[in-house]
Amino acid sequence: MGGWRRELDRFTRDRAATLGLILLLLLVVAAVFAPILSPFPGDVATFHTANRLRPPDAVNWLGTDRMGSDLLSRILFGARITITIAFVAVGSAVVIGVPIGLVAGYYGGWPSNLLMRVSDIFLAVPQIVLAIAIAQTLGPSIENVILALSITYWPFWARLVFAETRSVKNEIFIESAIALGASPLRVMTMHVLPNIASSIIVRTSIGMGATILTAAALGFLGLGAPPPTPEWGRMIAESREFLPEAWWYATAPGIAIFMVVMGFNLLGDGLRDFLDPRIRRGARGK
Amino acid sequence: MIVSRLVWFVPTLAGLVVIVFLISNVIPTDPVRVLLGENATPQQVEAMRVKLGYDKPLTTQLLRHFQDVLSGNLGVSIYSQRPIWEDLSQRLPATLELTLVAITLAIALGIPLGVMSALKRNSLWDQAVRVLSVAGLAMAAFWLAMLLQFLFSMKLGTAPLNGRIDGFGPTAVTGFMIIDSLIDGDMEALRSAFSHIALPALTLALPAAATIVRFTRAGVLDVINSNFVLYQRAMGMPPGLIVWKYVLRNALISTVTQIGLIFGVLVTNAVVVETVFDWPGIGTYAVQSILQSDHKAIIAFTIWIGALIVVVNLLVDIVHSFIDPRGAR
Repeated sequence: MGGWRRELDRFTRDRAATLGLILLLLLVVAAVFAPILSPFPGDVATFHTANRLRPPDAVNWLGTDRMGSDLLSRILFGARITITIAFVAVGSAVVIGVPIGLVAGYYGGWPSNLLMRVSDIFLAVPQIVLAIAIAQTLGPSIENVILALSITYWPFWARLVFAETRSVKNEIFIESAIALGASPLRVMTMHVLPNIASSIIVRTSIGMGATILTAAALGFLGLGAPPPTPEWGRMIAESREFLPEAWWYATAPGIAIFMVVMGFNLLGDGLRDFLDPRIRRGARGK
Repeated sequence: MIVSRLVWFVPTLAGLVVIVFLISNVIPTDPVRVLLGENATPQQVEAMRVKLGYDKPLTTQLLRHFQDVLSGNLGVSIYSQRPIWEDLSQRLPATLELTLVAITLAIALGIPLGVMSALKRNSLWDQAVRVLSVAGLAMAAFWLAMLLQFLFSMKLGTAPLNGRIDGFGPTAVTGFMIIDSLIDGDMEALRSAFSHIALPALTLALPAAATIVRFTRAGVLDVINSNFVLYQRAMGMPPGLIVWKYVLRNALISTVTQIGLIFGVLVTNAVVVETVFDWPGIGTYAVQSILQSDHKAIIAFTIWIGALIVVVNLLVDIVHSFIDPRGAR
């Protein structure tokens, strides 16, 4: 059998990373098959006030919310929102930040210094604080949350790639590529980028977890999607006034957030060990 | 390094003011229309635009904005009907007290756990601490806050539900309830202040402690495997003394370096955690301002937090150069 199977075997030997992968597969399955898996798919938009605040039972496995909607169904549909925010926000931050960091790190000089200073200013404030300012200006919606998170997250990637590019740039294989007449674009995309890809991948995984937490906090503060969107952070905010009686109301979305963020963090840690050749050699030596 | 930090201090803050200004002006929403509501006539909108200076070119507006920020004139809060600058400075001690207690708690929890975890590497204890530290970073802070509130305030009744203190509290001198109660010599107030701060501080401390555990563990492992520890061991130095004199010192250095980062995590979480516990700091103020769509207050809050973090990072660099002179060159 091919090499990828051996690689998969090597990856799954890390139990924590495998758990992370399983948690994320669950998230994807929940998001893709939400209409099929949900016991009450209609509950995302319709209310049954007669059923409100029912504790978990055989019909509503996770209980119902203040509108009488089935919490399990709402959480499954909420997985779609979580995935969308995480992938689009982190994706666009990577697409903006990585080329900037790459070019700045490769060429150096005052333009790159200026760029890095601008990213320093962004990084001086916690992401959520700037995101609050932007999302509040734009008004509450998922698109605006994504926009706010991308605007505040790209400098992180620019910084990371800048530092990595600077350290790879003086390696002999880059010099030889330049000596062979490779264009700067070719050197950057074919030689520098593949060599710094592993740290970008690892950071992406951990960044997804962090972004989901920030997005949930924005939802909790009322800056996310307006109701009745089944956004997990907003669901927790709605549940606050029903504590301590309706304990299940806050529990279910909180555990959903926890599982997904844990999944991304474990996967990130696992990928770091998996992709870092130094650690690999060390493990074999033991 | 310190000098370059000091030199960059002012431009960084100025840059932050510019970025926040641009964000709030380039984004295609009309602040005047938001302020006046949907039923305002075009004449009213125009009059208000002139009154607030929005008819001037962007550069003129930016200059005026700088003047306002420097003179402390950040506008009047819709929420409290008082100058925003006054509101923020009155609420800052509450947030500072909370984050300082939280960071102390996080260090007191994180460093011993991290050191023990590294010394007993791969033991059951180490595995448990690592699982807990990963879990601590995966929990939404506002959810953890509600969980602790549910358990300790609502079910067990061992901690107050919210607020900073019972009754009126001690005479305000520093604005820190714990210190002010000590100045007053009021032990009842001191007890009350501690019981109120316990849960919010613990909520903030747990994710921060998880970060510290990870850094400390990695730092200690590096030191244990270093040549100078091997040398000390070969010289017959007792293991306890090696840990105390060499390993801990180096572990502390790596933690101090990270305090700027940890402070950022704390402030991030403070915004939502303060809301859950009704803690009267600047986080709760920001959330109230969001609910009131009080744009000026949120901009002011952003600038204040930015300034706070830049100052903390500067202090961390200064402290760091004293503990670890290697990087100071």
